[in-house]
This record gives sequence, structure tokens and C-alpha cells, in this order.
Amino acid sequence: MMSADSPNPGPHIALFVTCLVDLTRPSVGFASIKLLEAAGCKVSVPDQQTCCGQPAYNSGDNPDTADIARQVIAAFEGYDYVVVPSGSCGGMIKHHYPDVLAEDTAWASRATALASRTYELTSFLHDVLKFSEIEAAYPKSVTYHDSCSSLREMAVKEQPRNLLSKVNGLTLTEGEEAETCCGFGGLFCVKYPEISENMVDAKVDDILATEANVVLGGDLGCLMNISGRLTRRGKTVEVRHVAEVLADMVDGAPIGGPTASPRREKA
Amino acid sequence: MEPTSRNFHANINAALANPTLQQALGKLTRGFPVKRLEAAARLPEFEGLRDQARDIKNHVLANLDFYLEQFEMRVTDWGGQVHWAKDADEARQAILDICRKVDARTVTKSKSMIGEEIAINEFLEENGIEPIETDLGEYIIQLRKEPPSHIIAPAIHLSKEQVAETFFEAHKDLPEDRSLEEPRALLEEAREKLREKFIGADVGLTGANMLIAETGSNVLVTNEGNADLTYSLPRVHIVIASLEKIVPTLEDAATILRVLARSATGQEMSVYTTFCSGPKRPDDPDGPEEYHVILLDNGRTDLLGTEFQEMLRCIRCGACLNHCPVYKSIGGHAYGWVYSGPMGAVLIPSLIGMDEASHLPNASTLCGKCESVCPMRIPLPRMLRAWRKQQFTRKQSSGMSRLVLSLWAKMVKTPPVYRFVNRHVIGLLALCGRKSGRFRWLPLAGGWTTARDLPVPQGKTFMDLYRDGDGAAP
Repeated sequence: MMSADSPNPGPHIALFVTCLVDLTRPSVGFASIKLLEAAGCKVSVPDQQTCCGQPAYNSGDNPDTADIARQVIAAFEGYDYVVVPSGSCGGMIKHHYPDVLAEDTAWASRATALASRTYELTSFLHDVLKFSEIEAAYPKSVTYHDSCSSLREMAVKEQPRNLLSKVNGLTLTEGEEAETCCGFGGLFCVKYPEISENMVDAKVDDILATEANVVLGGDLGCLMNISGRLTRRGKTVEVRHVAEVLADMVDGAPIGGPTASPRREKA
Repeated sequence: MEPTSRNFHANINAALANPTLQQALGKLTRGFPVKRLEAAARLPEFEGLRDQARDIKNHVLANLDFYLEQFEMRVTDWGGQVHWAKDADEARQAILDICRKVDARTVTKSKSMIGEEIAINEFLEENGIEPIETDLGEYIIQLRKEPPSHIIAPAIHLSKEQVAETFFEAHKDLPEDRSLEEPRALLEEAREKLREKFIGADVGLTGANMLIAETGSNVLVTNEGNADLTYSLPRVHIVIASLEKIVPTLEDAATILRVLARSATGQEMSVYTTFCSGPKRPDDPDGPEEYHVILLDNGRTDLLGTEFQEMLRCIRCGACLNHCPVYKSIGGHAYGWVYSGPMGAVLIPSLIGMDEASHLPNASTLCGKCESVCPMRIPLPRMLRAWRKQQFTRKQSSGMSRLVLSLWAKMVKTPPVYRFVNRHVIGLLALCGRKSGRFRWLPLAGGWTTARDLPVPQGKTFMDLYRDGDGAAP
């Protein structure tokens, strides 16, 4: 039992797993728990979580977004912090919930309060916990993709890089276009696949130019998009979420590789 | 021009299949952003200037009536005349009336996006007056009868070979065996042709980068000096500007000039910056005898007090186009009307209506790069979302997508149902795709799998695994 009975005196974290991690890549959730616990936190996973509501919000459906926001706030407000292994879903809670609920007198202050305690995973480890005892080995050449929301909504840039610098054997080569959008954009990539393909091709070219064997990032949406294009183009560059590498949980297949169901690892 | 924004998908496909365009866009979007970054880095107060520029325009928009009236008073004091135009029709008619009064046959014109917005060239031609674009890029696309594809680099979609071809076609009086291989030769030929036109023109039509209320001046910013010849040689100078171009003082204009060229091309200042105040005075050696300013509204005052008011801070520098990965993929023509890029996607629906422009606010990943470089700090992604919200509220989005969204939202709002459904869907997908780890094709996932594989889920959902390993989640 790692959450409820944890003897850690550190802050009590509510992990917002995100729908993509929940449904497609649970290993990222377990890696996040392992890292947070190693940093001295008590971690809980509120049961009432599903999705942060971005598909509705970015489609202009504010009434449904507001309902979903209220559901998330109610489930997550009883903890010291909310931590999210995604800049995109983190940005949704931190910046857009307060906007969507601004006119709702009963909920506006609750939205703002939750927003002020919400962090993207690597920035929480690095900036709030000042955590640096990464115990991981990954003797590979990697490059990093900055997701737009991590970079521009959550001010995440140096944090994952500083943490990765503690990983044994890992070398990081920056792509020139590391900060350029990969073309995912949620529903954008299925509504305008032609433009999205052009954008992800540019991203893939930039990754290939670094000659790295692995591309890491902090947002599963981007990573699935990049991985999908890499394999479609017959490239063997591996794609992983940064949390898996930092938590030393890289035994399973990379994104888009042949799978075996992951098991929770004891910290 | 007739909008083609409705045919957005066809426009995209044409743009993506055009190698000359793709090459030009690659060059543009690698060049300008680097130069902007270097220019900003050389100026320690650049970020502070962006705040000041934003505040100046916010103040103007809150007091627009006051400054417009002040501007009109000053222009009148100088002996000039202000013409208020509610829409494109009124603006075109005002220009035609002035031209008719002086019996104009030719009008030289320096680059103006408002000129494009009201399609003044076509209108003058229909009325027997010859308009001549004097900005090199505009001259080229005028010869080719094309709209601009970028607000500051209108012919950016063309190669120099295409320009040479256009010149051979248009300048039949010149020797057929001349060489137009070098860009310099193209420039010289255009300059030669335009000199004759400058001298013979009856009216000079310019835009305005700004209008200054305290002095009644218009500001013209160019790199070619063509605006100066356009306004100073003919007998009549007509300025066509939309009314949000106003700034209170010379000092304010100077502040905005400091962010304008740096954001646009990475220059500290453009090569020519001119302030025109009224017609020539009795002891001036040259200058126009008449000075007219057409102040165009064309729906802009409707944006005041709405979620789109901040769009009226835009100074048309083009930084959002230069940095936009969508613009980089498809170029300006794909947007289907005068403006393009993120600023176009926000502005076009308000000018030609959402029926025509419904794709534009949706064709964005909301990556936020545009807002991060906008010298006026316009929250472009927020406004793209605001249009989407309006489309949703007014039921302008497709019925199918609304139905799917509503079913999805119902499920998300009912966690036990969400888990039950996804447990089975994900389990099935994982089982089918386990061996290769990716799907090349999947029913109903065509939008995704046309361009890329779909990574196969690991197996059970996180929430199920977490429960299994831990008992009940707290």
C-alpha cells in the first residue's frame, strides 16, 4: 500500500492521470507516482477523474466544459497539490477552468484556488519539491520535444532537461525546432489531417536531424502523434514520456512498440 | 476579392501540392523569426515596449471617438479633408468621387491592406481609372491578378523565375532576349516601368501604418520609398485607413514604430518612415495640392466591447504569420481572403461572416506561438476559441460533431460509465494490436490514420491497474 498508509511527511498530492495516460499508457501514471513518492510525497488518485474537458473547450462547448471543470474541482480540491503528467491538461486546470467558471459565483474562487495548486509533473518535482535525486540509467542519445502548452502555458522548459541531466548515461541533443508545435492540437489533427501531417513531418525531420535514438516529451498527445508519424515513415526512433525515463521504468515497449501490460512497480 | 475561405480543404490541398510555395514558405518562416529574435535581443527594453504599445492601443480603443474627432480637426486645420466611410462601398465611392473631381486617369498606389479589403483596384478599373501598384511585391501580383499571400510580403509565394515570366508577359515593349535571371534585373525593370507611372499619375493613394490625433498626420512605413513618390508627386494624396489606426501622440507613434519593424522583419526601423500632414503649404517646394483621409469602419466598431476588441490593436506587422506553423504549411492564399495567418483567422470571420469563414478559427492547434511574438500582445488563441464558442452556441458547427461531442461529454461526466465503456474498448484495441504495437488503419479513425499510425494502448487502463494493485483508490 503506497498511498493511504504512506509514512511520508511530505505534501499530499492528487494525481490527475489524464485520459490519454489512463487509456493508452498507464506506465506514465505509475512512473509519476514513483517519482512523487521518491520525492517524499503522499500520492492519491481521486476516483472521480476522467478527462479534463479540453475536447469540449476547444470545440467551443463551454457548458459541458464547465460541468467537467466542476467535477474535477470537487474531486481534487481536498489535497495540497494537483500534479499532472501533461502540460496540456495541467494548463487546462490552471488557466482555463478559472476562465470558464469566471461568471459562476459559487465556483469561480474554487477554480482559482485549485489552479494555484496545480502543476505539471516535472516543474512540480523541480521547482516546488527541489527534487534532484533521480536514480535512473538510460544510456541513450535523446532529444526533447517541448509541447506548446507545457512551454507557453506552464513555463516548462529547463525543468525536464535539468532532471534528465541526472540520468546516468543519457545524452541530450536539442532539435532546432524543439519548441515548434508537432501538429497534434487535439481534434485539429483529425479535422485538418493534411496540415497536421505537414507539421508532424517537419517535427519528425527535426528529430531525425539530431540523430537521437529516442524522443522524449511531457505530453502524451504530442508523443502519440510523433510516434505515429515516425513508424508510418518507417523510422526506428523510440518515443517515450519523460516520466518513464526519470522513474527508471523503461522496460516496457516504447509508444507504438509491441506491448505487454505494465505492472505497478514498488518504489 | 471574392472569398474562397469556404473551400478551405481544397485550398489547403492546392497549397500543400505546390512545391514552389512550400519552398518559399520554408525560407520565409526560417528567415523572419530569426531576425526578429536577434532584433529583440539587441534591445533590452523590447518586452517593456510591447507592454507600452499594448497600453497605448487599449487607451485609444477606450477613447476612440475622442481621438478620431481630434484627428479630423487637425487634418481640417491643415487644409485637408476627412471622409467617414461606414463600409467598403462608401470608401470606394469617396475615392472615386475625388478621382472624378480632378479628372484622374491614373492612380499610383502604395501597399495598403485596406485597399485590398475594399478591392479598390477592381473598382477603379471598372470605372475607367487605371490603378498602379508601386510596391514591388504588389506590382508583381497586380500583373498576375492575384491577391497578396502575406500582409507585408505580398508576393512571397512566387519564385524569381515566376516573376521573370510575368515581366516578359507584361512588358512586351522591352527586348525579348533581355536577361531577367538576377533579382537585381527584375528590380531594375520594375523601377524603370514604375518611374513613368509615378510621374504621370493624377492621384496618389496610400494606406497608413498609423494616424496621429494630435498632429493630424498619417505615418507611412516602407522599405522601397515607393509610398513617398506615390503621395508627393501627384496633385492629390488620398489616404485610406481603418479607424483603429489612430494613436494619440507623436510620442505614441514612436513607441509603436520601435516594435513594428523589429517584429515584422527584424529591422530596427524600416528604410523609409514618413509623416504626412495635410497638403502642401504655400511656401513648400512640392507636395500634393489636396489631402484626403478616408476613415473606414467596415465592421470594426461592432468589435468594440466584445471578446474581439483586442484584435483592433493589430498593427499588421505579420509576426503572427511568420511564426505560425499552420501558415507555414499552407501560406496565405489558402485562407481565402485578404488577410491570413492567426490575425486573419480572427479578423476574417468578422469581415466576411462566419458562413464563409467557418474553417478559419478551427484550423489552429492553439499552439500560442503567435501570441508570444505579437508586439501588441493580442491574445489570438483566446479569440480563436471565442469564435469556436460562438459557432457552438449558434449551432454553426456540424451536427455530427456536436452529437459526438455531446455523447462524449455525457460519458466523461459519468465516471462509472466512462470506465466501463473504455475498459472494453481499450481492452479490445490492445488485444488486436498487441503484436505490432500500432494500427495502420482502424474503423472511424481515418482522420488520424491517413497520416500516421495509431499507437496501441498498453492493455488495461491505469484506473483498473491502480485499483487491482491497491484495492480501492482513495
